[in-house]
Amino acid sequence: MSDQLLQLGNPSSLHTHGRATRKTLEDAREVIAQKIDSLPSEVVFTASGTEANNIALKGLFWNGKRQGKNVVVISAIEHHAILDPAQWLQTHEGAEVITIGVTTAGVIDLAQLQEVVTNRSSEIAVISIMHSNNETGVLQPISEVVKIAGQIPVHTDAVQSFIKTPLSYKNLGVTALTISAHKIGGPLGIGALILRRAFEIPALLHGGGQEREIRSGTLNAPSIVAFATAAADEYNSVLVSQLRDSFIAGVKEIIPDAYLNGEQSIRLPGIVNITFPGTQSDTLLLLLDNANVSASTGSACSAGVHEASHVLLAMGHNEETAQSSLRFSFGATSTQADVDFVLSVLPDVITRGRAAHK
Amino acid sequence: MKLIAAMSGGVDSAVAAARAVEAGHDVIGVHLALAANPQKYRSGARGCCTIEDSHDARRAADVIGIPFYIWDMAEEFHDGVVEDFLAEYSAGRTPNPCLRCNEKIKFAAVLDRARAMGFDGVVTGHYARTQISDTGKTLHRAIDHSKDQSYVLSVLTIEQIAGAIFPLGDTTKVDIRLEAEARGLAVAQKPDSHDICFVPSGDNAGWLRDRLGSEIGPIVDQDGNKIGEHKGAYTYTIGQRKGLGLTVPTSDGSPRFVLKIEPVTNTVVVGAREDLAISTMRGERPVWCGPAVTSQEKRGFVQVRAHGAALACTYFYDETLLVATLDEPLLGLATGQAMVIYDGDRVVGSATICETE
Repeated sequence: MSDQLLQLGNPSSLHTHGRATRKTLEDAREVIAQKIDSLPSEVVFTASGTEANNIALKGLFWNGKRQGKNVVVISAIEHHAILDPAQWLQTHEGAEVITIGVTTAGVIDLAQLQEVVTNRSSEIAVISIMHSNNETGVLQPISEVVKIAGQIPVHTDAVQSFIKTPLSYKNLGVTALTISAHKIGGPLGIGALILRRAFEIPALLHGGGQEREIRSGTLNAPSIVAFATAAADEYNSVLVSQLRDSFIAGVKEIIPDAYLNGEQSIRLPGIVNITFPGTQSDTLLLLLDNANVSASTGSACSAGVHEASHVLLAMGHNEETAQSSLRFSFGATSTQADVDFVLSVLPDVITRGRAAHK
Repeated sequence: MKLIAAMSGGVDSAVAAARAVEAGHDVIGVHLALAANPQKYRSGARGCCTIEDSHDARRAADVIGIPFYIWDMAEEFHDGVVEDFLAEYSAGRTPNPCLRCNEKIKFAAVLDRARAMGFDGVVTGHYARTQISDTGKTLHRAIDHSKDQSYVLSVLTIEQIAGAIFPLGDTTKVDIRLEAEARGLAVAQKPDSHDICFVPSGDNAGWLRDRLGSEIGPIVDQDGNKIGEHKGAYTYTIGQRKGLGLTVPTSDGSPRFVLKIEPVTNTVVVGAREDLAISTMRGERPVWCGPAVTSQEKRGFVQVRAHGAALACTYFYDETLLVATLDEPLLGLATGQAMVIYDGDRVVGSATICETE
């Protein structure tokens, strides 16, 4: 990335410097295409996963709207980068948003999806269901979704899944798929929408016509190169899964009433979501941070106030238990020593957390 | 010590946190989200707990170099402060919500939570001082009397004072702003907040009318003769002269003042200026900030408004009520306000005024 920062050329320029940048940028595009199993021309770089999600959801909706299709189908556990554009489409573009629920195991309700598609097939502009959930790590049956969808375009937010679990754009059969660099150890602020070759979709940004005229704007070559470098790095999912399982076993031993959310489901190697009854997660987060452990809670509102996770609520939690849950993430650089350290500070954190919640 | 610094997003709490860090404490910044539906931006000196305020607090914590979190106390604030405010008004009293917030939120809910989590106390940007004396830690006025906030802290018990750190009490506000500037804190020139934080419009009467309704009732003189109508008794305050809308003049043409608010009959009683004079006040639910007041009469000062004068008095506790007799009568005193007793600069204790004569 720092090498690329020293390169002057704009990849859209015709001169030597521009060509040099275009060469490395297109090399990077090929690496990412290979990793996601798409054609290089199917990779549309964006400034974030959020932007890719917005292009996909709004673009596919507008495509459908031209054919009189007004319904947007999403799941209840989508990231805000899908929930909020869907809400926006409802408020500003007259869309009807249908939300598919999930089971207590955190997997979308395929029967409900089937029913919606059967009844409303001709009205649905787009179905967007995430590939795996960012809070619980639970993988979603996207191949089944695509089968049910038939001719309806499907988008999947695969930001959490890319590199972490086998993922083939070609085999999945979705129209569009979102990935982001910072979830795989790349830089912040670079993402991509994988969109079927020659598929036309309305743009959100208009200008120089870069990226198939879907995403105008000078390409962020240094970040794109770093994105590809991160994608090419080895990710040992077996090792990360082992760490995760060792952590879960340790927590269950120390805090017997703690429970794992999505335990019955197939999950990503690196995400663990645990409910600690009788605590409040923002208190736990503070205490863990104080002990040099970074964990996270579901989400915070714009004022920074911690809110009950919509994902856990959708899985049947009540406000209180949803507010007692924490997400721990393990990455390629995590070690057993890290796991042991967290387990060593956890008992005191939970004791204090419970006292503070009385 | 391990301390929680309550950071509102204003200049005072930011400098207080910075001073606590400099004094060698292990400090964590916490912003209290008190409004259930916060507004995005502050408008001038009104309101607080906006999203902008929480950003300012976070930025100050980052500049100081301490961790920062937001604690949601909206429910506690609503139940303990806003509901109390409404209940007091509908009972015909004039409450002070800042005092209630210190009593129930900042040095109760927050301090309790902090202690349970293993912290030793709470740092705030209040202008007040504490001292260690033979009787323990005592609460005193700030050096800057014009900014002194000991009045609104007079509801703290000895145990709460033990866990309270006020790093600003020895400095004037002017110097605090200069210090904030020197520390690179962007809030150095942020306007002070005034008024009641949960009434962002500043229109207390309108805010109360929206919530308590506006039931028309009689305005009567001291003999009970109806001489006018009011639009909701609770929007009047004792001593108020303007806005009564009375058309019947007094015999000598002298102005009338609100003497009493009777919530049960929804009546506002008015009378002459001299009828406002109060020489004795009694307060319920006393809190002692140091050694308890006894039935033995003592000389001291009583203050009845946040930035009011300290009035020379004789005071004692009759085992039920705190009683203060003034050397010079005071014009207009609302029940519901706090009477705070001072021994010089030391806060002796406080009670909620329930009777005046």
